[in-house]
Amino acid sequence: MEPILAPESIDLIALAPVIVLSVFAMMVLVLDLWGGRNKTLLVFISLVGLLMTAISAFAKHPLPAYSFNDSYIVDHLSLFFICIFTLSSALTILLSVEYNEREDIRAGEYYALILFCTVGMILLASSTDMIMIFLGIEIVSICLYVLTGIRRNDHRSNEAALKYFLLGAFATGFLLYGMTLVYGSTGSTNLFKIAEFIQNPSAQSNPLLLMGLVLLIIGLGFKVASAPFHMWAPDVYQGAPTPVTAFMAVGPKAAAFAAFFRVFAEAFPEMSPSWETLLSIIAVLSMFVGNLGAIMQTNIKRMLAFSSISHAGYILIAIIAKSSLGSSALLFYMLSYTFMTFGAFGIVIILGRKGEENLEIENYSGLAYKHPIIALSMTIFLLSLGGLPPFAGFVAKFYIFSAAIQEGLLTLVIIAVLNSAISFYYYLKVVVFMYMKESEAEFKISLTPMTLFVILIGVIGTINLGIFPNTIIALASH
Amino acid sequence: MFLLAMGIACGMLLMTSLLGPKRKFADKMEPFECGESQLVSPHQRFSVKFYLVAVLFVLFDIEAIFFFPWAILFRRLGMFGFIEMLLFILILGIGLLYVWKRGGLDWE
Amino acid sequence: MLEDSVPLSHYLMLSATLFVIGIVGVLIRRNVIVVFMSIEIMLNAVNISLIAFDNYMNLSNGQIFSFMVICVAAAEVSVGLAIIIAVHRNKPTVNLDEFNLLKW
Repeated sequence: MEPILAPESIDLIALAPVIVLSVFAMMVLVLDLWGGRNKTLLVFISLVGLLMTAISAFAKHPLPAYSFNDSYIVDHLSLFFICIFTLSSALTILLSVEYNEREDIRAGEYYALILFCTVGMILLASSTDMIMIFLGIEIVSICLYVLTGIRRNDHRSNEAALKYFLLGAFATGFLLYGMTLVYGSTGSTNLFKIAEFIQNPSAQSNPLLLMGLVLLIIGLGFKVASAPFHMWAPDVYQGAPTPVTAFMAVGPKAAAFAAFFRVFAEAFPEMSPSWETLLSIIAVLSMFVGNLGAIMQTNIKRMLAFSSISHAGYILIAIIAKSSLGSSALLFYMLSYTFMTFGAFGIVIILGRKGEENLEIENYSGLAYKHPIIALSMTIFLLSLGGLPPFAGFVAKFYIFSAAIQEGLLTLVIIAVLNSAISFYYYLKVVVFMYMKESEAEFKISLTPMTLFVILIGVIGTINLGIFPNTIIALASH
Repeated sequence: MFLLAMGIACGMLLMTSLLGPKRKFADKMEPFECGESQLVSPHQRFSVKFYLVAVLFVLFDIEAIFFFPWAILFRRLGMFGFIEMLLFILILGIGLLYVWKRGGLDWE
Repeated sequence: MLEDSVPLSHYLMLSATLFVIGIVGVLIRRNVIVVFMSIEIMLNAVNISLIAFDNYMNLSNGQIFSFMVICVAAAEVSVGLAIIIAVHRNKPTVNLDEFNLLKW
């Protein structure tokens, strides 16, 4: 009998980043068993592993390359995303070292989980088969459930993990049912074959398929924390350890957007009228809920959580635009969002105290008089998140809006610009506290080299992308 | 091949019955039901230690479902499938090693 | 033959019914364990329709998919139970309404 898998359909070099990172993650897991209390070695190995992963991603030429019967793809989109993922995981690990010492998180599995989570994210960005997308989403989610609850003795961390787990599993159910209905009505789990199948107009009006699409949007919309499926985000962002919060706001979110883009722009471009409306509603809701919710918050982590919901709304506009300009706008936005978010959370970590204290916005009063440089960098990150020139956030938003205008989505752009204006209210509120209020208490700042390094990278990235965006835009728009 | 398989199976049965120590006492003669006594109230509490064993059992038990499709298509998958499955078992083994060293298998 | 006696729509109805039972269970029950079990019902409802689609269209992807679903569900069970036990250790309750430290 002939072999089932044609050998040429299996391309392990295309899969190199996943394999390399999995091996490193298992290495960290096993080494921790004999490692004792000192985690320096684990941190070092994790960082080396992430670097090797990023390098090995470029092993494949020419692009795009396919593997495992077209269920795995290497193209510019996935390469760019892999770089964002490895960068964000490396920054998370750098932020975690001192934080874990302070909060007494001694589990070496922490680093292994971050690496496994990154494996899942790479799978998500590179898979073109619904089975693989499902697996990627679950690898990411399960790692995140554990990471959220890793401060086992803290009530808030416990509660956040429980809520995240229950709602996450609930959303997984919707996602799966959606995938099943799409599979049942098209006869394939492969995104390319689905796209081929629905070129036939009579296939497009199948109620099973439409139902499946709606459920897919619900499931993925939950994973990217877009309104009205955002209920978990503020609680989980607040309860999770701060480096994990920064990680969640960037890496897994970017991965879910990559999956969003693959599913809707590659499998269902023929049916765009039916999902564009739905996604537009979700985008508008996310922007309003995120920005209006953020205004009410007094806790900085919750505020950043709501702000990340509103950013999900902006990014959804790039997906609705779905042209090649849309995809490069998505990539550019994700990269600049990485720098701003990690910078901002780095400062939250510096100012935080043991037991996740000192996270109220009031605690930032008068920071500028005591520590002007830290206050200045926080101001840069917040203004960039709001979208003020000359920072990265402005270019990113501008890029998305121009992609949307090219597709004729003028109403959406107007709403988004209006929302950017609203968002300045709460970003500036923090700045006002830092510069114009008297400080109430002494600042106990834990300045440590690794955290400072992350903040420095954040500042450089934010300013650099804002002033000289052309190189990255050229890379993103391949 | 068949004889070898039969030989190993029968040999093992024979060896245990010949070599294994045999001690008979009342508890041992009762029907076995997961270490629980036969007649107890269903509402009694039981140790949380069972939970960890149960979770580990579920995990390693479920992983076995991937062996079935592989076994059915063993010949057609050829050497590649064989090596893949060895890798899969190796990864499971790393999981087991982790559980073992972390003390997940210790009862006390 | 099975295909002749029971039409596909019956399987799909069964699956949809189970799925809705799961959703309702998640939404109205307040016991963590019961909510968790309802989620498992949802996943298994999905498995039924996957297998039914496969059987009627002579495909095989769905069977692989359902294997993956079963496996992932097992992994989720173990992580979920671990989280519930960890929570229970600090706060001996299984009532969801009592988890209100973070604004829900």
